[in-house]
Amino acid sequence: MKQTARIISTYSADVMGVCSALFELGGMTVMHDASGCNSTYTTHDEPRWYDMDSMVYISGISEMEAIMGDDEKLISDIVDAAAVLKPAFIAIAGTPIPTMTGFDFEAVAAVIEQRSGIPSFGFPTTGMNTYIHGASMAFAGIAERFVDDPEDSKSGGSNTLNMSARKLASVLDSCCMRPNGIKVNVLGLTPLDFSVNGTDDSIVQWLEREGFEVVSKWAMGSSLDEIRRSAEADVNLVVSAAGYGAAKVLYERFGMPYAIGFPAGNELPGLLADRIILSVKQFKEQGGADSFEAAEISVDSGVFLDGSEGKGGSTYEKGFAAVIGEGITSLSLAGTIELECGIPAKVLCATECPEDILRECDRMTPDEDDIIPELEGAAFVIADPLYKPIVPESAKFISLPSEAFSGRIYRDEIPDLVEDINELLIKIK
Amino acid sequence: MLKKVNEKQNIRLSADEIPHVRIADANFPAPFRSGLEYSSPARGTWNIVHTGMLIPEAHEIFVCAAGCLRGVVLTAAEMGTTDRFSTVAVRENNLLDGDMEDLVIEGVTDIINKLPKRPPAVLVYTSCVHHFTGVDLDMIYATLRSRFPDIDFTDCYMNPIMRKSGLTPDQLMRSRLYMLLHEREIDPQAVAIIGNDLPTDEDSDLMKILKGAGLKIHEITSCKNYEEYQQMAESRVYVSYNPDAAPGGDMLSERLGGTHYALKFSFDYDEIDETFAGLAEVLGTAPRSSEEISALRAECEKELEETKKLIGETPVSIDYTYCPRPLGLAKLLLDHGFNVTKVYADGIPGGDKAAFESLQKEHPDLMIYPTVHPGMRFARTANVEEQGEVKVLAIGQKAAAFEETDHFINVVEGGGMNGYEAVMRTCRLMREAFLEKKEMRELVQVKGLGCEVCIR
Repeated sequence: MKQTARIISTYSADVMGVCSALFELGGMTVMHDASGCNSTYTTHDEPRWYDMDSMVYISGISEMEAIMGDDEKLISDIVDAAAVLKPAFIAIAGTPIPTMTGFDFEAVAAVIEQRSGIPSFGFPTTGMNTYIHGASMAFAGIAERFVDDPEDSKSGGSNTLNMSARKLASVLDSCCMRPNGIKVNVLGLTPLDFSVNGTDDSIVQWLEREGFEVVSKWAMGSSLDEIRRSAEADVNLVVSAAGYGAAKVLYERFGMPYAIGFPAGNELPGLLADRIILSVKQFKEQGGADSFEAAEISVDSGVFLDGSEGKGGSTYEKGFAAVIGEGITSLSLAGTIELECGIPAKVLCATECPEDILRECDRMTPDEDDIIPELEGAAFVIADPLYKPIVPESAKFISLPSEAFSGRIYRDEIPDLVEDINELLIKIK
Repeated sequence: MLKKVNEKQNIRLSADEIPHVRIADANFPAPFRSGLEYSSPARGTWNIVHTGMLIPEAHEIFVCAAGCLRGVVLTAAEMGTTDRFSTVAVRENNLLDGDMEDLVIEGVTDIINKLPKRPPAVLVYTSCVHHFTGVDLDMIYATLRSRFPDIDFTDCYMNPIMRKSGLTPDQLMRSRLYMLLHEREIDPQAVAIIGNDLPTDEDSDLMKILKGAGLKIHEITSCKNYEEYQQMAESRVYVSYNPDAAPGGDMLSERLGGTHYALKFSFDYDEIDETFAGLAEVLGTAPRSSEEISALRAECEKELEETKKLIGETPVSIDYTYCPRPLGLAKLLLDHGFNVTKVYADGIPGGDKAAFESLQKEHPDLMIYPTVHPGMRFARTANVEEQGEVKVLAIGQKAAAFEETDHFINVVEGGGMNGYEAVMRTCRLMREAFLEKKEMRELVQVKGLGCEVCIR
């Protein structure tokens, strides 16, 4: 039956996605919730909670406040706290009860902004979608509100990220770095998809090795000021579906094209980089793209979609590899498996995914009962360990933990796939 | 120390700006105005998943939105009990379509039919959305009981929106824990200790008295299977000593016929004597003699003296997760010359009212700090900056986290202690914490301290 899970976990929800996306930007995020969301988020969804002093709170809404529609309590609580704590912005994210009471997020945010003088957002999350939905919404809000028009902000100084010592050393050591003149923003970075194991830095290092100049990382390791300058970039790299909403807004506001892909692999990242360089030049020559869809840059995958067989006669029906997880990272990993292992790999996407991203062999599988039949015939299943109980014994299970699914349980085992994917691929080869 | 998210934002608070109030100026029972809430990284207290797992062989099914499921499903995963845990996700269409009853009934049915082994009991947890949509829970449970007559069902709740009205979710959960007991013949020699998550200390006053009287003792924490759990229903007396278990104890007594006695958890010698005298009366045993009481008090005084001698003027901070009477403990220690400087508590428990009033008069400068106030986000940094190298001894996980100290007592919910033994054990733990460092950061973030007791 749909919506039931006998034994597997649940993905982090939209409200937590908002918090995760905004965590490092100096704002104050309030989950409009009675209780529970805050401890869930800070325990299972937010590895940075102990070390970074980000302001994430709950409203603590009570039964009577919900019944009486007492929005004033929330508004005054937020305005009072903001007067002392002085956040760069305020964000309210919703949960099931505000959804039921018809809470007007936009209007309440407007009142809070008027009273506090601080830019405020109302994100109508429901607690019933996955973190991707919420994070995408939050990044879109930042793109809408905070990214400066480069025409208005032409000032001196470096446009690129302030480099850490480690990163700088890496760049200097990279003798093959050839600047290609293309500036890029990385969109969709949250620990829910990339943990805190350095994957975010590895993506930047890869881009720099390929000659790109990185303007901002949304939103791990970049300040709000760096993100404000994002429109100075030529292209956005969407590494998870959480970055898709911002990519759309940045296209609408500044006509920026976007590439979709996560640079995991020995061959795929190079193809992705080449494609970005080529496409950006084409976009510049053409004066931009006519539509958001036309502004997409992607690397073709699905090597076996033409009906040909992979190693050992494998097809998408038998002997294939199944990758369960977030759409874009899983697609990139599936592409790499096909390219480097010679085995058809299909994606079982359990979170929200942009339309037309998935290939015909891939499936949207939000529920346990959607996934189980799709695993029949799989030779390899690459997924979070909490999926293991539903994986058939005939398939080889390859653990790829995700904070978004198993929280902190397997954090130490989450690999930096940009830095080293071979440890995973060798289990398939 | 915490890393500032944005160096350009002047958002850190100094120690003076961290919210607090002198106890002399504090209001009872709510010293702080309610508002936005911060979540401390200290996680040792139990939640409704841990507590429900105390029923051996029972299966938990949560029916709620994904955001609410996330915390409970990972609680079960972290404690290694995913095979006893399932979920039904409520989605927006269910709110709009009015099919919430069907979702619960068919979802629970689907899960039970998929389980490799039929559980003797199923705990179905509904949530705030069911409460607000007026779901017919009676019909739901009647239908489930008729579909699965071999399974005991009970109604459990994850509705934190009710935490400020009526029974708290914690009180409600502790009451549900015993709703599955079937009435059976009462054994006059049987006693059950109810409502505590952690096993009662073998050395505690309560255990010594019950054992000394030769009584058969039941406690959910020691039940190895569902039948052993059912044997609790033969008890003539149900004893609770966690204040949140008292409402459930009364319900149990009313339903099964035994007597419920709410033993007071206290650090006050006279109150300890009074509450144990009351217990003796209910049990029909002899109360403690004055000689016994004098000896116990002398032993406590000796422990307190030894502890004070060791830790001297070291600042001591206490938080409410350590035991049900944080102010009672603060009073005991301050009266014995300890340098208790802070108590972390968002509210004053009813049972602590006398200690609160006494402290207002006798130790007016004791500071009360909240734990959820938004300003507490910056308490750790402020405390570290203010204290420098000064060692703080923390009693309880939240105090340890706020004070950023590795010298702390890692105990929650009273840790199974009671009576004079609670005084003595606390002293011993204070000495241990003073002398030995613990890995505070790692230890306090573990959910449900001691929940291994549920895995059987």
